[in-house]
Amino acid sequence: MAVDPLIELRDVNKYYGKLHVLRDIDLTVGRGEVVVVIGPSGSGKSTLCRTINRLESIESGTITLSGRPLPAEGKALAQLRAEVGMVFQSFNLFAHKTVLANVSLAQIKVRGRKKEQANERSRDLLDRVGLAAQADKYPAQLSGGQQQRVAIARALAMDPTVLLFDEPTSALDPEMINEVLEVMRQLAQEGMTMVVVTHEMGFARSAANRVVFMADGAIVEDRAPEEFFNAPKSDRAKDFLSKILKH
Amino acid sequence: MDVLTENFSLYGKGLLGTVELTGYASLLALGLGVLMAAFRVAPVGSLRAIGTVWVAVLRNTPLTLLFFAVLLGLPRFGLVLPFTTFAVLALGCYTSAFICEAVRSGINTVPVGQGEAARSLGLTFEQTLGAVIMPQAFRAVIPPIGSTLIALAKNSAIAGSFSVTELLGTYKNLNELGYSIIWSFVWIAVGYLIVTLTISAVFNVLETRWGVPR
Repeated sequence: MAVDPLIELRDVNKYYGKLHVLRDIDLTVGRGEVVVVIGPSGSGKSTLCRTINRLESIESGTITLSGRPLPAEGKALAQLRAEVGMVFQSFNLFAHKTVLANVSLAQIKVRGRKKEQANERSRDLLDRVGLAAQADKYPAQLSGGQQQRVAIARALAMDPTVLLFDEPTSALDPEMINEVLEVMRQLAQEGMTMVVVTHEMGFARSAANRVVFMADGAIVEDRAPEEFFNAPKSDRAKDFLSKILKH
Repeated sequence: MDVLTENFSLYGKGLLGTVELTGYASLLALGLGVLMAAFRVAPVGSLRAIGTVWVAVLRNTPLTLLFFAVLLGLPRFGLVLPFTTFAVLALGCYTSAFICEAVRSGINTVPVGQGEAARSLGLTFEQTLGAVIMPQAFRAVIPPIGSTLIALAKNSAIAGSFSVTELLGTYKNLNELGYSIIWSFVWIAVGYLIVTLTISAVFNVLETRWGVPR
């Protein structure tokens, strides 16, 4: 695929002290592609995800978005982050603001929209994730699944060119996982470019264009989901899949 | 009782002086304290250094020494202001160091994810701090800031020794007029209680209104 590369990582290396957490990462994500990153914990997949909007800095290599390298800091970096939506494992909704204000805040502060305009857009997005009725509640009053859907609406409100999901369902009770995955599946169908770090193999199979398997900070396999799940090449991936698919 | 009724205007002036000193110095301390706390968590090294030095110097200098430094030092550099303004400067700057540390500890109570979420949406450092971190940090530090401002009110007594009209200083006049020292001081103490209990009450209201909902 990768006709129109949106995100490109070349020879990316990152260390935490002596720990080499990302090793010579090369990854291209095309526009409209859904790339699912899987792997054992500690393999660097969340770190990889967080380098793409520079929540984590890198020691060497280049990361470009639409051909432009990531700015190191300041206003330019903030502008880039507005283009790259992110959804976190722990939701991270602003605890002191209502659901509506959560979705509107960055529209007003970053996009410069008028408050009424922003709220209108927020209500549309909340409606889309099925939470229009919860607009005036505070995050703590919602269930985990509802909070995560608000977080997705909040990211969408910036009209991002790509969405990063860092284990979006890992902190959820089992019965709430599907409501979040359903929203993500819809976004994938609508052509949103997505990088998804997850343990949800069902989602990887059904929604991903490519599966990237990481172990020990390196990308071990990068293939179409059917190929990967049915015939993994590396021993590391075989071992991983045998552990998670056998129950 | 006579001490109070016969010298009501003297006490009144003193109390007003203390209230004025406390009020202005509190505003200065809050403003500077929040600014310095922002400096101390800023991504720019030089700002962090300014914040650190500010706190280290002001928090570790005895307040009386600071009064001497401001009242005797600044005029030498050609800066001559009314004594009350000097007193407000000394008190406000001194207390701002404590406010700064209280606010900074409040910032540390806000989960890292809140800032990450704000930054991931494209908010700048200033916007993240102002719209997401500080409002949550404040809720956590209402009680310690209340304590710090009460300490400020009591510390304002030092200004009396530097010819600023304030509550404690009234004892000198009363003493000269021959009133019982004990009763003079009892009413002075009541005056301070009025100020400090008012601050307590205000912060209790703030705490119930804005305290962290859990």
